[in-house]
Amino acid sequence: MRSILHNASLRSFRVWQRDLDVYLTNWRTEFLPPLSEPVLYVFAFGFGLGSLIHNVHYQGRELSYLRFMAPGIVAVAIMFWSYFETTYSSFVRMYYQRTFDAILATPLLVEDVILGELLWGATKAVIASNIMLCMLALLGLVTWPSALWVIPLSGIAGVLFSALGLVVTSVTRNISSFNLPMFLMIMPMFMFSGTFFPVSILPKWALAIAWCLPLTHVSHLVRAAVLGWPRGPLLAASVLYVVLLAAVLSALALKLMKRRLIQ
Amino acid sequence: MKPAAIIARELTKRYGELEAVRGVSFEVGSGEVVGFLGPNGAGKTTTVRMLSCFLPPTAGTASIHGLAVRKRPRDVKRLIGVCPQEDNLDPDFNVLKNLLVYGRYFGLPSRTVRGRALELLEFVALSDKSRAPIQALSGGMKRRLILARALLNEPRVLILDEPTTGLDPQARHAIWTRVRGLRAHGTTVLLTTHCMEEATQLCDRVVVMDDGQILLEGAPLALVEREVGRTVVEAWNYGEEFMEFMRALKGRLEEVGDRLYFYPQEGDHIERLLEERFPQQERLMRRATLEDVFLKLTGRALRD
Repeated sequence: MRSILHNASLRSFRVWQRDLDVYLTNWRTEFLPPLSEPVLYVFAFGFGLGSLIHNVHYQGRELSYLRFMAPGIVAVAIMFWSYFETTYSSFVRMYYQRTFDAILATPLLVEDVILGELLWGATKAVIASNIMLCMLALLGLVTWPSALWVIPLSGIAGVLFSALGLVVTSVTRNISSFNLPMFLMIMPMFMFSGTFFPVSILPKWALAIAWCLPLTHVSHLVRAAVLGWPRGPLLAASVLYVVLLAAVLSALALKLMKRRLIQ
Repeated sequence: MKPAAIIARELTKRYGELEAVRGVSFEVGSGEVVGFLGPNGAGKTTTVRMLSCFLPPTAGTASIHGLAVRKRPRDVKRLIGVCPQEDNLDPDFNVLKNLLVYGRYFGLPSRTVRGRALELLEFVALSDKSRAPIQALSGGMKRRLILARALLNEPRVLILDEPTTGLDPQARHAIWTRVRGLRAHGTTVLLTTHCMEEATQLCDRVVVMDDGQILLEGAPLALVEREVGRTVVEAWNYGEEFMEFMRALKGRLEEVGDRLYFYPQEGDHIERLLEERFPQQERLMRRATLEDVFLKLTGRALRD
């Protein structure tokens, strides 16, 4: 771990700051999706699909489908915003814009650039998912103050999915190749991680797989926070899993991206 | 020679089987302007990228003002300014913001950066474009902005990788004027180029590379005189008789496609001689240039 991080420095903040500046320059287009997405989801799935569905049984309690689903879309947002940032967006900066090359001509080292990108991906997830949370709160679907846990949760989970994105980017040769992990990894995770239905209704073998997926743990945790059920079972285990996976994937992302960038 | 700004010893870069740079050693004196010439694939850019800490050398050492590129990359990069071959301006920001953000990477205080950025935009004649998006700049403007960006940290050593490739003559001269200005200022400059005119105009010394090795180095004009002499006779639409006549003269004769090149050992009377014997022969007598040296050393075969 030390050897992987030994060149990283606080200068990675400059890379993070660069990405933030771009984000703020384009704030109109950047803020629109997280503001509008929850409304669309709530109407389509909550009111539309939800009206066909009876209440959901979740962890021994009964709640409306809308209340069940709302935290799921926050969890999904954390994954999508960070993963997309460090796959497509980082790839564009690295490959098409040669932004990393430009930065590497300054006192920053490769490790700073990778770490900056990683943290920025996570930051974007924090911003977007918490905007969504506020929108859901306006629709009366959020329990305070336990929902504040979503802020640190989105940070850790953001690092996890950012790192996952960078690992994918490090082995991707051209931008269309991102479709493969998208359909094999991200889309299944999006659908089967307890986001739109409780994983408990899955057959046993699928349930085991579902609990290996990081998003299952993230949505489990976000749901506990948003519903205000902080004593749900296995929360500590999920936190541990997410933190560990975030650390392992970050180390892997640094190692692989370094190999990719230094030839 | 003044104290060396750049020292490279047996610098080597291998990619598997391919040896891109094969143990080159050279020095660049402080305040000197040195040009690296060579065909594509000669190893110029790889050498430059090792000096600017982009690529770790496979073997050998390099240092800039006494700082080893491998051990102290951050300090080396603080001392140098780099103009890369390709345009890597940040398309997400406008002209001025490009410089401001770049200055932050050096950890310079924002007020200092702003002041320098405005001065440098003036220097490269882009002041009226400071709010323009990068996409709106012409190729020449982009190169000038990249030059300004490379100067933001007030580098002691400036590394220019093909600074004028693909530019029109006006844009090229604009860059040259500025590089000469920097040279007058005492900045050490290492540049790579395909343009012999550029090397002649700017460089105190040129280094010719091919196949990952240094073939030759020297002051441009002295090098021309030493390697090919002062004059060249080019002839075309010539017959066997003319060819025979030329063969008998002292000098180097080269036939390339439909053209004959003759590099006489002593050039003073050859024009008179040709005028007497072959007054009708289509020919051109001109001063030898660095391009003649270059082609002599690296051959005329196409490189990819």
